[in-house]
Amino acid sequence: MNSWANIKTIAKRELVAYFASPLAYVFIVIFLLLCGFFTFSVKPNLFDRGQASLSGTFFFWHPWFYMFLVPAVGMRLWAEERRVGTLELLLTMPITAWQAIVGKFLASWLFLGLALALTFPVVWTVNYLGTPDNGVIFASYIGSWLMAGAYLAISCMTSAMTRTQVVSFIISVVVCLFLILAGFQPVVDFISGFAGPKVVDFVTSFSVVTHFEGFQKGVLDSRDVLFFLSVIAFSLFTTGVILRSHRAG
Amino acid sequence: MINVENLTKTFGAKRAVDGISFSVERGEVLGFLGPNGAGKSTTMRMITGFLPPSGGRISVGGHDVVDQPIAVKRLIGYLPENAPAYTDMTVNGFLSFSAEIRGLRGDAKKKAVSRAVEMCFLERVLHQSVETLSKGYRHRTCFAQSILHDPDVLILDEPTDGLDPNQKHEVRQLIRRMGEKKAIIFSTHILEEVDAVCSRAIIIDRGRIVANGTPLELRRKSEYAGAITLSVRGVSASAVTQKLSQLSSAKRTSVIAENGSKVTVTVFPKPNMDGELTRAVIDATQVWQVEELRTEEGRMDEVFRSITMPDTAKSPESRVQSPQS
Ligand SMILES: Nc1ncnc2c1ncn2[C@@H]1O[C@H](COP(=O)(O)OP(=O)(O)OP(=O)(O)O)[C@@H](O)[C@H]1O
Ligand SMILES: [Mg+2]
Repeated sequence: MNSWANIKTIAKRELVAYFASPLAYVFIVIFLLLCGFFTFSVKPNLFDRGQASLSGTFFFWHPWFYMFLVPAVGMRLWAEERRVGTLELLLTMPITAWQAIVGKFLASWLFLGLALALTFPVVWTVNYLGTPDNGVIFASYIGSWLMAGAYLAISCMTSAMTRTQVVSFIISVVVCLFLILAGFQPVVDFISGFAGPKVVDFVTSFSVVTHFEGFQKGVLDSRDVLFFLSVIAFSLFTTGVILRSHRAG
Repeated sequence: MINVENLTKTFGAKRAVDGISFSVERGEVLGFLGPNGAGKSTTMRMITGFLPPSGGRISVGGHDVVDQPIAVKRLIGYLPENAPAYTDMTVNGFLSFSAEIRGLRGDAKKKAVSRAVEMCFLERVLHQSVETLSKGYRHRTCFAQSILHDPDVLILDEPTDGLDPNQKHEVRQLIRRMGEKKAIIFSTHILEEVDAVCSRAIIIDRGRIVANGTPLELRRKSEYAGAITLSVRGVSASAVTQKLSQLSSAKRTSVIAENGSKVTVTVFPKPNMDGELTRAVIDATQVWQVEELRTEEGRMDEVFRSITMPDTAKSPESRVQSPQS
């Protein structure tokens, strides 16, 4: 299919660009260091819990790591194109804006998937120490990758808003923070202080943490999967709208 | 090939392009001239489908730019202003990517890239990162990208900007050669390029077309077109001026230089009387010792100035201090 070929070409270019810059390596190293440190050293750590499981330790921290790391990956996607002017080249090539948006997103998402896959020594360690439920671990990885995709799509959207990467980074960190805090008990208490249960339910339904918890129990709930996929779809759609509105004048 | 009808573009309250119409056929090279901010780049961005028009219609090769953007983009090669290119790629990588996105694969891709590299003299920097290229080489890289797929339509926004004199010459030759089989629009601030390359030129000012014609036609709008400049020895400037100004076909006379006993003056014809003027001047000056006599073709820079800055255009008299040979 023609459009798929275009998406692949865009994604390939984007991936090559990641590895041509130090960003990719810095990101992977920091991500792995954080994962290792929080899994094995921060209490309650893997050894204290005495269970051969990664839920509640390794995966517990992922929403927080991603809050900082994913916007750092996504911030350049469109901001840089606009700053350098290559957006004009890209959008006058015989491809649609959607193909470019999806191609760029897929490349970054694959890259995040690669970083996530490189945490395999943690899985190897728990398998060495005990007999974990590898199905649960696999489901958690899927959930983590979907969550990373949701954050990434949001960064993609904020990246399209501005030609300054730092601004894009800050806005997407704030949005991601909201998505984490939406399910955070103190925040829920605060909101229920003045709003009805309907509003509270609405706000907490945006909580990535709540949606991610299902995966950590080994349950692939279609509602959780759908939540992340719809955040991705909505953000990418909005990216397209923003890119179009810049040019409409 | 390219048909633009009543095209407008507004940014907020500002009209950047204000009702432009023109068309370009295969085999034509159209030059876009105009002062900074006239709307040249904005017009090109709309033709290439980057900016949506606020009003009017554009069709390229029979396809409407708004309704069939992909079909139009396939036909066009575009060199944007400032020649952007992906800085995190090598020249070869960038060109291969551009070829792939144009649907070229395998051998066809290799051939297209090597042809463009050869035409733009990029062999020396093929494996260098775009980021470290000099300005001229970056420009040439982006230019190479625009001709990769041998498009029927070329839109080039200041293609010779930042090139050295040799490269400017090469690019002009290239545009002229390609112009025989393609429809080309290019913008420039270098007026000599109009004569060297264009089959037709349009002058745009504040979003409107203020002149449209062949380079010769444009130059004929100049006050200088058909004027006669002559150098006489042994006669005073006032005597020369007085005699020539009395000719019925002369509009006025201006002294260009007075150098010892040698006087150089220019006589401007009344509208459409340049033929008569030449004969009259020759008759009138027979008694003098004329050292030099030539007919002016008209000056593009003067036309440009008088069209785009009608109030402040310098009158020929004020140029006495800087005679042009
Ligand atoms: N994105 C934009 N938003 C607002 N105004 C714009 C935008 N792009 C262009 N303009 C305005 O439109 C006008 C025309 O600009 P354009 O770039 O087309 O000029 P130009 O003829 O190419 O000039 P130059 O010779 O300097 O390249 C200018 O006044 C410019 O400020
Ligand atoms: Mg311009």
